[in-house]
Amino acid sequence: MPDSKKGKEPLLRTVKREEISNKKIALLRIEALLFAVLAGGIFILALGYNPFLIYGTIISGAFRSSMAVQGTIKIMIPLVIASLGVTLAFKMKFWNIGAEGQIIAGAIFASYFALFHSDWPHAILLIVMFAAGILGGGLWGLIPAYFKSRFDTNETLFTLMLNYIALHVIAYLRDGPWLDPGAQGFAKIARFAKNASLDKVFGVHAGWIIAIILVVAVYIYIRFSKQGYEISVVGESHDTARYAGMNVKKITLRTMFLSGAVCGLGGMIQAAGSDITLATSVAGGVGFTAIIIAWLSQLNPITIVVVSFLFSILEKGSSVIQSSYGLSTDCADVLQGIILFFVLGCEFFIRYKFVLRSKGGDR
Amino acid sequence: MTEASQGKYAIECKHITKAFGNVLANDNIGLHVKNGEILALLGENGSGKTTLMNMLSGIYHPDKGTIYIGGEEVSINSPADAMELGIGMIHQHFKLVDVFSAMDNIVLGTKEKRISSKILREKITQISKSIGLEINPEKKIYDMSVSEKQTVEILKVLYRGAQILILDEPTAVLTPQETDKLFAILRKMKEQGCAIIIITHKLHEVLDISDRVTILRKGQSVETVVTKDTSQKELTELMVGRSVDLEIDRPTTEHQETVLKVVDLTIDKPDGSNAINDISFEIKAGEILGIAGVAGSGQKELCEAIAGLMNVKKGAILYKKENILGKTPEEIIKLGISMSFVPEDRLGMGLVASMGMVDNMLLKSYNNKGFFVDRKPAKKLAEVLVKKLGIVTPSIETPVRLMSGGNVQKVLLGREIESRPNVLITAYPVRGLDINSSYTIYDLLNEQKKKNVAIVFIGEDLDVLLELSDRIMVLCHGEITGIEDAEKTTKERIGLLMTGAAEEGVSAHAG
Repeated sequence: MPDSKKGKEPLLRTVKREEISNKKIALLRIEALLFAVLAGGIFILALGYNPFLIYGTIISGAFRSSMAVQGTIKIMIPLVIASLGVTLAFKMKFWNIGAEGQIIAGAIFASYFALFHSDWPHAILLIVMFAAGILGGGLWGLIPAYFKSRFDTNETLFTLMLNYIALHVIAYLRDGPWLDPGAQGFAKIARFAKNASLDKVFGVHAGWIIAIILVVAVYIYIRFSKQGYEISVVGESHDTARYAGMNVKKITLRTMFLSGAVCGLGGMIQAAGSDITLATSVAGGVGFTAIIIAWLSQLNPITIVVVSFLFSILEKGSSVIQSSYGLSTDCADVLQGIILFFVLGCEFFIRYKFVLRSKGGDR
Repeated sequence: MTEASQGKYAIECKHITKAFGNVLANDNIGLHVKNGEILALLGENGSGKTTLMNMLSGIYHPDKGTIYIGGEEVSINSPADAMELGIGMIHQHFKLVDVFSAMDNIVLGTKEKRISSKILREKITQISKSIGLEINPEKKIYDMSVSEKQTVEILKVLYRGAQILILDEPTAVLTPQETDKLFAILRKMKEQGCAIIIITHKLHEVLDISDRVTILRKGQSVETVVTKDTSQKELTELMVGRSVDLEIDRPTTEHQETVLKVVDLTIDKPDGSNAINDISFEIKAGEILGIAGVAGSGQKELCEAIAGLMNVKKGAILYKKENILGKTPEEIIKLGISMSFVPEDRLGMGLVASMGMVDNMLLKSYNNKGFFVDRKPAKKLAEVLVKKLGIVTPSIETPVRLMSGGNVQKVLLGREIESRPNVLITAYPVRGLDINSSYTIYDLLNEQKKKNVAIVFIGEDLDVLLELSDRIMVLCHGEITGIEDAEKTTKERIGLLMTGAAEEGVSAHAG
C-alpha cells in the first residue's frame, strides 16, 4: 500500500483570480506590451539589427510626414469597419470568420456599378455603390446564418469557406467577364473612373468619415437599441431568448445581415477609395485581423478605434523598415506575431495566475 | 487498507482551505471518518460541501491543509490518484456512458487488462451480492431507471476496491422507497468496514443513516455531533446559525373559477420519444397545484408547452376557455401566463447570467414601442425588488452570475411576480437554496396565492410539496399517476405514485 502514496503536488498550478480592478488590468496589458517589445527586440538583435533603430523607424515610419500619417489612416479605415462588422456577430456568439468574404462580396457588388455605370451622376453613383456594398456583404453574411438557423450548420467553417468562394469569384471576374481590355492581356480589372471613386477629405478618401459614423452607430445600436439587447440575450442563451418571447431565427438572420453589411460597406470603401479598382487583394487579410481587433477591444466599438490605430502603426511602420533596411516582409510578420502573442497571452493572466508548489497558495 | 489503519482514521482532513477567486469556499476545515462509520456532511448550499469532497476525489487541489488516508499523509492530484487510494466518489450527476452496458461502465477507466466478459460478470455479480444489490450486468444504461444507474455508480467504485465512499446528494433523484433501499446498501457496506461520507441537506435522512454529522457553514466546519445525541432542531440551528421555524403556511383561499385547463395533452421530445402522454388536469385561481415526480418525468416539457416553447402533438391547453396552443411565447406572456423554470444550472433559462439585474428585468418587457430600450422602469423595478425581497448584490448593475444562488432565484421569481401574472408556473424555485431563502420563496408564493393567482409548483422535496400545495399531481414517465389532496395524502403514497406502483383508486385519472 505505501506505493499508493505517490506524486507530489504539481510544480505549477493555475488558480482563478478574483475579479481584478480595471487599473490592474490596464497595468497588466502595459506590462505585456513591454514584454512583447522586449522579445521582439531580442528577435531583431538576433537578425543583426539594432532594435532601438528598428522600433524608432516603425514609429517614425507611421508618422514622419503627413503622407505617412495619411497612409496609416488609410490602413486603419478597413480595419475599423470590419472589426465593427464582426463585433455585431460576436456579440451574438455567432462566430463570423467570414468578414474577408463579406468585404469581397461588398466590393464586387459595388464594383459592378463603378465599372458599368460610371456615367451616372457622381452622388447617385456613390449612393448606389454604398447600397450595393451593403447588400453584397449582407447577403454573403445571410447565407451561413440561414443554414445555421435552418439546419444548425457550423458557422465557423461555413463562413470560412465562403471567404475562399468570394476570393475566387473575383479571380474569375478578373480573368474573364471583367477583364480590362486595355491591359493588353494582363489579368486585371480596369481602374475605376474618377467619377466612381470616393472623394478625398483632408488628403484621405472619405471612408474615414463613414468609419467614424459607423463607430458611433454601432455603439448606440449595441448599447441602447432593443435589437442590440436582443443580440446580447441570444448570445447568452437561445433558450433564454425563446423564453423571453424572442424570435431567435429572425434575430440571427438580421444580425448576420448587418454584420455582413458593415463588412461589405468596408469592401466598397476599400475598392472605391483606396484601390480604385477591384483586386483580389481587396480584403487582404483585413477580415482576419478584424477578428483579433474585435476580441482585443472586448467588442467595444470605441476601443476598436484605438486598437485598430495601433495595428495600423505596426503595419505601416513595418512596410517602412522593409524598404529602408531590407528586412523582409516575413520578418515584419514575425514581429507582429510576437507582439500579438504577448498581448493575447496576457488575457489569460487577467483571469488566472500561477501558484508555485512550495508556497501552497499565497493567501 | 483496513488492516493498515486499525485504530486510525480511514480518512482525515486537517485545515483544508480552498479559494475560488476571492471566494473562500473552504476555510480551515477538518473532518475524519473511521472504517465502518457513516459520516453525514450537512450544510446549506454554498457552505463548501461539494468543494471539500471534490478535493478528496482529486478534482480540485487544496490551497492549504493536509489529507491523511489510513494515517498517512497523501497528495491527491487526480481522480486516478484518489481511486488508487481507495476513494470512490458518487456524483450527484451520474457519469456513465449511456450506450454501454452496466458491465462496460464498471470496468471503464480501470487500468487492468481486458478480462473475459464471463469472469467479469461473475466478479460483478459477486460484489453486488455481497452487499445485497440486484443488477443485470448486461443491461444498457439507457434502459435503466435512475436508481439502477446509481447502483451502477456504486458498483463502479466498489469494483475499484474503494474503501472510502463519498456520495454527493445521492437521494435527490430518488423516491422515498428507493432511498430506503440505498440506505440498506450503505449499512451493509458499513458492516463490511467501508468508511462512508454522505452529503445531503435532508435532515431526516441524516438522522436515519449517519453515525456522526459534521456541519459546515460558510466554508467552515462549525461542529461535529454524534447522530443519536442530536435532533432535527439542533442540526438546523447549527446549519443556519440560529433557530428557524420549520412550518410552512398553507393559507386557505376561496377556490374560484378554473383558470388553466390541460386536456388530453401529448408531447413528444425533439428526438421523437414521448415526454407527456395524454394527461388532463386543471388549476383554479388561488390554488397551488404541486407537481411531484422523479426528475425527467415530463415536468420540463409540460412547463415549456404551457409557455409556448414546445410543440404539442395532441390535446389542448385552455386558458380561460381559450386554446393557447399555437400562440407564440410572446402572446402567451401577454396573456399573463408566467413561467419560471429554474434548471439544474439555475441560470440556463429565465435570466441572462452576464447581465445585471436591470437588464434582466427587461427580458420579458423590453419589447414595447420605439427603437430604443427604455431602461428607466426596469431600473426602478430592480430597486423595488432589492428592497422588497432583501436581495443582496453590490449593485443592480452587477452581473447576476456573480450573485449567490438564493439571490438569483429571488431576482427570477421576483420579476415573474412583478409582471402580475394570472398563472404562475414555477419549477424548482428553491433548488439548491438554503433554508432561509427557501422560506422567503414559499412566502412569496403564498402571497400570490392570496391574490388569486393560479400557481403550479414543481418541486423535488416531498415534505415541502405536502405542506405547501393544495393538491399534488404526480407524474411518472409522462403520465399522471394520481392527483391527491395534499392534506389527506401521505409521503409514502406519493412516493409509490412516483414510481407508478400504486394501482388502486385515484391512479386512473390519466385516462
